[in-house]
Amino acid sequence: MTLPTLDLVVLLPQLIVLTAALLVLVVDGLSGARSWLLAGISLVALLAAGAAAIWLSLQPGEPRRLQAMAVADGFALLFDVVIVVAAVLGVLLAYQSIPRISQQVGSYYALLLLAVVGMMTMGAALDLIVVFLALEILSLALYILAGFNRSEPRSAEASLKYFLLGAFASAFFLYGAALVYGATASLNLEAIAAALAGGSRSPAMLYLGIALLIVGFGFKVALVPFHMWTPDVYPGAPTPVTAFMSAATKAAAFAAFLRLFLTALPTAQPTWSWALAVLAAVTMTLGNVAALRQRELKRMLAYSSIAHAGYAAVGLVAGTAQGAGAVLFYLLAYAFMNVGAFGVVAALERAGEYDVARGRLAGLSERQPALAAAMAIFMFSLTGIPPFAGFFGKLYVFGAAVAAGWGWLVVIGVINSVISAYYYLQVTVEMYFAAPAAEAPAAAAAGKKGRAVAKAAAPSPAPEEGKAAPAPLSRATAAAVLAAALGTVLIGVLPALLTGWIAQAVQGIF
Amino acid sequence: MVPLSWYLVLAAALFSLGLYGALSRRNAIAVLMGVELILNAVNINLVAFNRFIVPAAVNGQIFALFVLAVAAAEAAVGLALIIAIYRTRNTVNLEDADLMKG
Repeated sequence: MTLPTLDLVVLLPQLIVLTAALLVLVVDGLSGARSWLLAGISLVALLAAGAAAIWLSLQPGEPRRLQAMAVADGFALLFDVVIVVAAVLGVLLAYQSIPRISQQVGSYYALLLLAVVGMMTMGAALDLIVVFLALEILSLALYILAGFNRSEPRSAEASLKYFLLGAFASAFFLYGAALVYGATASLNLEAIAAALAGGSRSPAMLYLGIALLIVGFGFKVALVPFHMWTPDVYPGAPTPVTAFMSAATKAAAFAAFLRLFLTALPTAQPTWSWALAVLAAVTMTLGNVAALRQRELKRMLAYSSIAHAGYAAVGLVAGTAQGAGAVLFYLLAYAFMNVGAFGVVAALERAGEYDVARGRLAGLSERQPALAAAMAIFMFSLTGIPPFAGFFGKLYVFGAAVAAGWGWLVVIGVINSVISAYYYLQVTVEMYFAAPAAEAPAAAAAGKKGRAVAKAAAPSPAPEEGKAAPAPLSRATAAAVLAAALGTVLIGVLPALLTGWIAQAVQGIF
Repeated sequence: MVPLSWYLVLAAALFSLGLYGALSRRNAIAVLMGVELILNAVNINLVAFNRFIVPAAVNGQIFALFVLAVAAAEAAVGLALIIAIYRTRNTVNLEDADLMKG
């Protein structure tokens, strides 16, 4: 008997990050470990993993495979890059705020890196077992990260809610996987496609399985009606965690979602694309309408992230190579602009605070002009105003949907972009045109703003309202916001740098 | 021999029980137990499909083993989170976990 050869190079990015996670734990155990060393190891490993992914994607010839379990094709490796972007920005944001809320800085970085391992594997998985394992690796790490602020009851509550709904969603995903296994006699994505090519033996079981898989993924990417956890978990979790998970989890879940549905289930596409189109339409509308009413930044961004899951799902509905590439581009743009927006929130946050009231932004352009400019860039980009990354993300996603004949869905998407402009641009207006003294109750002449301030001030333990300035902007936070802003602008100005590469990479999943 | 459909009905019944438990219970631990029931329903499905549809392969049974292992890890993390919330709030009732309104 010969042992199978394992081409572990396929998992090189994951192995680098995994090694770093263990190294961080060991270094953290040694006495006198400094926070900068742990963050440094994490950053170097993430950048090395990103470089490894790019190096692997430049290899000529057929993509390398680890048996029939994982593949290092352009699709997986580009998603690795998206996740690395979100994780690097997440580590930079954590550098200042995590030591303030917890002693266990080492565990924080180790868990973040372990989550990255799971996320990267989501995109590379070729087998339902691997998809499930990757999903659980990333989820278990994120459940703990969401509750990392042990002194804040809301953080514990967020992590419990995330855990219970996440476990529930995983169970649905598994039941769906089992039914697909029963209908096709295979767990391998390509073998499932081959089994379905000649028509399914038991279509009822297959479609029930697909429906349950959509529920499972829908929870992870926060599609309505499976979004209930998002508006509680995003504000409750520490801001650096929210920033990281909002972008990276979405990217990872969409990577597996795309590969599973486009590689394994293309024959059932007429059915699932309709189901997803309805979900996408409802998700965009509900996310944006709910975001309109929010007076706190993290909560507003939580609802906005639900809406963005809907936009990305439009690309999946298209079901073409163009659509898959558009989703990939969208998620890369989203990683820069959304982590950047959360980075600005982290910079404005005060110790022991649960969420940042929107009134806090008033006059930011005078106090911290650079921060205000960065926030304006992120808000314009999230709205989809050219020449920022978000515009091209939406353009490609909607373009792919039109090309695939989903005109009505694109109409709903465009209407939703207009709705979202209201609350995104209002943030910009507050930063640049509102009176800086708006935080003092007397100056809040506008009744709307007054209520917002009163509501936000009540639970805030900060005794000196108006006097307690946020902690000075640390260099790491500033670097993260700057990098995110640069990325948002660069992708927006030169989208052609990526589109050719992406178009080539997504061919592998068909 | 017991036919495949019996196993599937058993699994579906267990799934429904777990779903009912997870949705109706107010105690976080009971919700977790409901989820575990769903996972066991999945395992019955996987093993039965493996036995009846592809008896030569073992991938369904291996999947079931992975599900067991991950369920154990999930329970460990979940119970730790529940203990963490119990320490601050002295309750694991989900109706009391209402600091944030979704």
